[in-house]
Amino acid sequence: MSEFKEFATKWGLVVDLDKCTGCGACMISCQVENNIAPVVEASNKLRSLNWMWIFEMTNGKAFPENDAAFLPRPCMQCGKPPCVSVCPVVATDKNEEGGIVSQIYPRCIGCRYCVGACPYHARYFNWFDPIWPEGMEKAITPHASTRPRGVVEKCTLCHHRWNYAKEKARQEGKDPSALPENAYVPACVEACPTGAMYFGDLKNPKHKVHELAKSPNAFRLLEKLGTNPQVYYVSAREWVRKQGDNQLPAKEKA
Amino acid sequence: MEDRHSAKQTCGGGVLFAIMFIVGLAGALVAGWWGFPQLLYSQNSQPIRFSHKVHAEAGGMECKQCHTYAASGQYVGLPSTEACGECHADETGGKSDSDKEIDKLVKTYVQPNKPIPWLTYQFQPDNVFFSHSAHTGFECVSCHPDVAKMDNPPVYYQDRLSTYSKQTMRMPGCERCHAELGVNNACYVCHK
Repeated sequence: MSEFKEFATKWGLVVDLDKCTGCGACMISCQVENNIAPVVEASNKLRSLNWMWIFEMTNGKAFPENDAAFLPRPCMQCGKPPCVSVCPVVATDKNEEGGIVSQIYPRCIGCRYCVGACPYHARYFNWFDPIWPEGMEKAITPHASTRPRGVVEKCTLCHHRWNYAKEKARQEGKDPSALPENAYVPACVEACPTGAMYFGDLKNPKHKVHELAKSPNAFRLLEKLGTNPQVYYVSAREWVRKQGDNQLPAKEKA
Repeated sequence: MEDRHSAKQTCGGGVLFAIMFIVGLAGALVAGWWGFPQLLYSQNSQPIRFSHKVHAEAGGMECKQCHTYAASGQYVGLPSTEACGECHADETGGKSDSDKEIDKLVKTYVQPNKPIPWLTYQFQPDNVFFSHSAHTGFECVSCHPDVAKMDNPPVYYQDRLSTYSKQTMRMPGCERCHAELGVNNACYVCHK
């Protein structure tokens, strides 16, 4: 799978799992920013849809040694996205500087190949038209286009915020292709109360994520699949790092 | 005898068939090229018969004088009613069509300070992200029609099904220019 381009700018998200309390502020801010209709019953998986989802991890040990961690899961913006190669209509693509995997709703035919191909379950299909309770439709933002029934959607790393940041840079007479740190951050990163999430250009040494992603404590989800995600996790706890690659206990012993 | 008779009949049938075919084809073409667009697009006119020509030529005004950037740079906006009122504060009381139109503007919108419900020909669907600030190097008329030469605002055609404007700039136009100038044509460059 070498047909995917390498980009000069690679937007990357680094989540420090030792700082994440699993509060869900990232999920909520994402929902508001990107016009995801309010969830009526979150346990109903046909009716619930979240671009950002928090998974609970435990080390599986009894009380004194018991330990837990929370893992926020946006779209991994893979370097070799399995969803893109299966899309029959090029509704999803990785072709733009920055490396964000795009999703064009009017182009999507709803075949859901990408949902099946994504190893991170980051893609969601609209089984129903979204419903905003009366009055709440006033909170719909112009940032993200609303999605009808029958199309797939996913996290875009708040791509519109990048557009706004570039626009601001142009108006200030700065180079829109060399944004400073924090000129563009997704809603989830902005909302994180513990500062567990970092965002920036993985290739820019001036950005914090450049170093963080290289830390010995950094790992990516299911790295062994070779999807090469642009989302990194950091944890000082070894069991967390191991679960990130879904290492089975039997395999560890061997 | 019998053979000749049947041959004659086939010949007449052929002519009839040809006539029916031509009539049918013409009917289908008229229905498709004229009838269907009439059905699909509603024709709307602007609330005020605004003459760009009078303002640009006689008034000597430039596009940017009224169409200023929004703070975000995302669009070149329509002027506010106050901006119109700066020149058209009072009724003219004139008898000509133009004077009557100015009086209509002053009476209905400027004096009560109501926004004018202009129809935007270039209205784009909500999944389009367009930034004027990224295109400042171009002349307005390289994408927009040269309204400065128009005395009457053109009819606004609206798609009855999609509610989109018929006269808006289409994706192939954007793509062609991006391709010719070597600008990225990835989906998210213009879509959200």
